[in-house]
Amino acid sequence: MSMKKLALLGAVALLMAGCSSVNLNNPPVEDRSTGGAAAGAGGDSVVAKTTVGNVEASQSDQAAIANVARVVYFDYDSYAIKPEFQALIDAQARYIKADPKRKVVIEGHTDERGGREYNLALGQRRAEAVRRSLNLLGVADSQVEAVSFGKEKPAVQGGDDAAWSKNRRAEFSYR
Amino acid sequence: MLKRLLLTLLAALAVVPAYAQFRVEVSGVGLTQLPIGLASFRGEESAPQKISAIVQADLERSGQFRPVAAQTGVLDENSKPDLVPWRQNGADSLVVGSIARLADGRYDVRFRLWDVVAGKDLGGQSYAITQADLRLAAHRIADFVYEKLTGDKGIFSTRIAYVTKSGQRYSLWVADADGEGAQPALTSPEPIISPSWSPDGRQLAYVSFESRKPVVYVHDVASGRRRLVANFRGSNSAPGWSPDGRTLAVTLSRDGGSQLYTLDVTTPGSEPRRLTQSSSIDTEPTYSHDGQFIYFVSDRGGSPQIYRMPAAGGMPERVTFTGNYNISPALSVDGRWLAYISRVNGAFILHVMELATGNVTALTETTADENPSFAPNSRLILYATKQQDREALMTTTLDGKIKARLTGQGGDIREPDWGPFQKQAR
Repeated sequence: MSMKKLALLGAVALLMAGCSSVNLNNPPVEDRSTGGAAAGAGGDSVVAKTTVGNVEASQSDQAAIANVARVVYFDYDSYAIKPEFQALIDAQARYIKADPKRKVVIEGHTDERGGREYNLALGQRRAEAVRRSLNLLGVADSQVEAVSFGKEKPAVQGGDDAAWSKNRRAEFSYR
Repeated sequence: MLKRLLLTLLAALAVVPAYAQFRVEVSGVGLTQLPIGLASFRGEESAPQKISAIVQADLERSGQFRPVAAQTGVLDENSKPDLVPWRQNGADSLVVGSIARLADGRYDVRFRLWDVVAGKDLGGQSYAITQADLRLAAHRIADFVYEKLTGDKGIFSTRIAYVTKSGQRYSLWVADADGEGAQPALTSPEPIISPSWSPDGRQLAYVSFESRKPVVYVHDVASGRRRLVANFRGSNSAPGWSPDGRTLAVTLSRDGGSQLYTLDVTTPGSEPRRLTQSSSIDTEPTYSHDGQFIYFVSDRGGSPQIYRMPAAGGMPERVTFTGNYNISPALSVDGRWLAYISRVNGAFILHVMELATGNVTALTETTADENPSFAPNSRLILYATKQQDREALMTTTLDGKIKARLTGQGGDIREPDWGPFQKQAR
């Protein structure tokens, strides 16, 4: 319990710190009370029914940027969630918890290197890492499904580090 | 039914006068290649398919034949050809034949194989077939020649499956073993991966993302009917058939993590049986052809390696020991060889291991090899790779000396699987 609260507090701090870098054009969570801090502190914020549109991974960079708040990026060969994405996951967790009927699919992806099936398994691992984080934040398992697209749906075309780093990701997809 | 379907499809395709583009890009020199002459078949210049060229390309791709420059003059199967000029050019054997259109619109294809050195008739055959089956007839001729001269069964009339991506359209194709004559089995706006032929060559299992998550279908090739066999929570992938065709090994994440399960495909809706219990990735299950083992990929040791375990479940033992990334195991039907992809200095390279000795050979110098499968006679490996940034399908001999690029559909081409020998029903 205390660990959970700690995690939540940490997430809130990160959310506040990271506010300026989170694009708000299409926020998954819209707080209509008094601000991010209150949302975290209250734990019971008003969550608008803003739909989070799913975006085809093949769309332009611009679309990808507008949806930065629902994509978690990973290092090569890694499924560890980097601290800078904790705020995003916390915000998503609150959004999901606000409506028990809400369902989210976490879609794991990899870069293009290596075999298709092994990459599918690596993407699955990333999706499940996010699912576990949501779990720790109190999201019910029944609301989350972790699936993988492996390397089949790159967000960005290209065979260099810049493209690869944008393709190693897990996306929140509300269906 | 199958035949009629094929005929209709092929007739539709045949409207476009599409001569096969033969580019058997053979690299390297085999150690013991049989020099063979292929005379132009009488009548083939006005036929829809150049039979002798298809036969020659087949034999070349096998790596066990070396074509000898053709002599001028038309030969056919009816009379004993003048073998002297062929002998002088170094041919050990010679294929002659003819193709003629019959009154009912079908074609009569005949051939004879000669032992040039002994001046001996090694036999021949004739086929009365529709235009749609001309390529099949050519592959049957290549099979006949191959069997007579090498003693091994020919694989030229078998089929392969592969996937293409063209724009945002994914298609699963069934094609001749040379990649030609492809017919679509499935088209989807979402990815298709991991096609796998059933042991009887009638069904394809594959992973489709059409429901925006990976699920496994079994697809009857002749009728186009298919059924969803694995659609559990999470990801469903990597189907591999047991040799008796009754069981499909798959990777499921329904209990968290990618783990191996078996499905009884003879009983729809039956509960999957869990095979592995690990906190690591276990995937790409592949049965050995004697049904004894399931080979698979696991990162339980810290990096992906190939393991095998008794097919009914049990203690896995590690199979690959060199390198820190070994995936996509494929086993030869004769049980002697394991093909797989190994990462070497950042390049993904097809390797083959002789199972009895553990000796490993790198077979290519490309950097993005994927998804090997063996020809049913265990003499060639089919795999996907990239050449000049374009996806390509290749075959290679097991010593890596003879490689050929398969032609195919436009766009990206990938995920090949070589089908089994088929009953000669057609």
